[in-house]
Amino acid sequence: MVLSGVKKNDKCRIKQVVGGGYARKRLYELGLNSGAELKMVKNDFGPIIISMSGHKLAIGRGLASHIEVEKE
Amino acid sequence: MQTIALVGNPNSGKTTLFNVLTGSNQHVGNWPGVTVEKKEGSFKHKGAVYNVVDLPGTYSLGAYSEDELVARDFIVKGNPDVVINVVDATNIERNLYLTTQLLEMGANVIVALNMMDEAELKKIKISTEALSEALGVPVISTIAAKKKGIGELIESTVDIISQKPRQIVFTYGNEIDNEILNLRDLLKEESLPYPAGWMALKLLESDKEMLLIVDGMKKVKDHLDTLRLNNVDYELDIVDKRYAYVNGISKRCVEKPDEEIVTATDKIDKVLTSRLFGLPIFGLIMFLVFQLTFVIGSDFLGGYVETAIGYFGVLVEGLLLTLGSPDWLVSFVIEGFIGGVGAVLVFVPLIMVLYFFLAILEDTGYMARAAYIMDGIMRAVGLHGKTFISMIVGFGCNVPGIMATRTLENKKDRMIAILINPFMSCGARLPIYLVFIAAFFPNNGGLVLFIIYALGIAMALLMGKIFSKTLFKGESSHFIMELPPYRLPSASGVLRDMWEKVWDFVRRAGTVIFAVVALLWVLSVLPMGVEPYSQESILGRIGTFIAPMFAPAGFGTWQASVSLFAGIAAKEAVVAVLGMVYAGVSEGSELVTAIQGSFTTLSAVSFLVMTLLYTPCAAVIATVKKETNSYKWAAFMAIYPFVLAWVLAVIVYQVGSLMGF
Repeated sequence: MVLSGVKKNDKCRIKQVVGGGYARKRLYELGLNSGAELKMVKNDFGPIIISMSGHKLAIGRGLASHIEVEKE
Repeated sequence: MQTIALVGNPNSGKTTLFNVLTGSNQHVGNWPGVTVEKKEGSFKHKGAVYNVVDLPGTYSLGAYSEDELVARDFIVKGNPDVVINVVDATNIERNLYLTTQLLEMGANVIVALNMMDEAELKKIKISTEALSEALGVPVISTIAAKKKGIGELIESTVDIISQKPRQIVFTYGNEIDNEILNLRDLLKEESLPYPAGWMALKLLESDKEMLLIVDGMKKVKDHLDTLRLNNVDYELDIVDKRYAYVNGISKRCVEKPDEEIVTATDKIDKVLTSRLFGLPIFGLIMFLVFQLTFVIGSDFLGGYVETAIGYFGVLVEGLLLTLGSPDWLVSFVIEGFIGGVGAVLVFVPLIMVLYFFLAILEDTGYMARAAYIMDGIMRAVGLHGKTFISMIVGFGCNVPGIMATRTLENKKDRMIAILINPFMSCGARLPIYLVFIAAFFPNNGGLVLFIIYALGIAMALLMGKIFSKTLFKGESSHFIMELPPYRLPSASGVLRDMWEKVWDFVRRAGTVIFAVVALLWVLSVLPMGVEPYSQESILGRIGTFIAPMFAPAGFGTWQASVSLFAGIAAKEAVVAVLGMVYAGVSEGSELVTAIQGSFTTLSAVSFLVMTLLYTPCAAVIATVKKETNSYKWAAFMAIYPFVLAWVLAVIVYQVGSLMGF
């Protein structure tokens, strides 16, 4: 499944980022690389908000649909 | 003198540490990339002076944004004696990612493990000894906001200045390591601006700057092409390897609770970013900020400044007359200098209050939420959410507004953000509106002002949409933004920031605007013997020459034309010049009466539309040149708003006339 489909408060682990152009490397550098664990904080409209070890990151919906994840 | 560079992630407390170390006038920000310029300071320790450079906050030392380039260029080429790497203890993995890049560069690093108090609240335990052992560099725990650990940090920093950095050998796995060696050997045959090994690594990361440098090196290029043909791409693998290294260290040195602790930030965010309340709250906050700015800054404090300048003018005039000064000198000092610069200084309180509130919004961390909330609306017109931050800054002044676009990493987003910024009505245009409101809409001032600002925003969004469909096609870049924890802003931080901006404005009033006013004065008294500020003066002739152009918009008088002409030099000059040509005064009721006499309500409205939208001031055009590095875009910035403003002003006047206004 993709990150934009994860429900609020659900936890998941990143499998890979597909496409997304140069933003892919930026995500990796921010710690969203394969194996990273995160929690969905907000997923209703506009960018999604995730939390990685308590730090929040807003990610555009389009980009979030390029991030493949698996549920924990 | 020894130089120390400060490097760290945005929101790691780097700027706070810089302030504590140097005590200089610096600014604490919460939205990414607020430290866009290289800031320097110094401190004394045991009789020696140390120079400190505050580098832009970055997550990485790639070549994506200008901030990153500035930071890494300074570390590689500026040869700082020590690099203090500020690490946010609550977010150690991501922060140590930057540390690994510093170590790769062979920098002489010391880690300031900052915000240890917040880490404690989150029940995160870090062993500084183990971390220091693992990284091979000194690690000092600090709480910059409470000035803790600073003495120790300074001691250790001074200690390692004399030492050579320990060469740390990273491994990215056999395959990548070998490839780095291959490339390095090829690079060593050329003359290079950077160390060969580091360049090899960066080339494998497809670093744009490095690829440009090796463009003419045939062997290197051929080698890279071969790799590409064989679909060898290590870019993300290298990032993964760095993270693997960091995670290994973190496992040994950091203890974290299993479950994240719900913080106050989480609770506040539930409301402030909520689907239902987010936007209305944001609107309310912005409305309050502007309302308070006008009430406190203009109505309340502005009056005192005006009175003070008035007294000062009378005093100086009296003094000059007692000394028997010639008439031209009295005219220059009173009308040119005190009148012109005074007309500008009246707005200092207003700018002060506006920047005070903007600094609070930044320092609390709310600005990042504002960008998040606005992303949806901005995206609908083809803009990036972060563009909105530069637009808000533009309300103060378009020069910092345009500089704030540096946080946009995509060229397309950034160009559009730059080109629409001048439609955000800056503080210097406000006096024009206030004078015309006093003359024609004394009872609906707030509403008229609101409409003017809203028209500016609407034009910015409209032009953004048009540009994204025509000049800059293609996808807007993805939205990635950190939402930092909410923090109580420190009074000293907010006041420092405010003071810095106000001082900048006053300095401009004292220099640039003074020069403009002086030049206009000279043009107004030449040729010799004419009545100053009359139609026969050079200034009057310029106005007379361009006036016909504005006739269809209803204000084709030489006076209005010449004030618009002066406004291209500095917007503050519009009111000053109107004052001179109409009433021989720069502000007050005489000017208002004079304007009532020479404008109709309709031509006043069309004049307001013109002043809101036409060519931005010279400082803005120069900034566009600097930021885009292109005379073409600077010229475009000067011309297209003029055309747009003229067309709209004509439409307002012509349609209004037809409707019988």
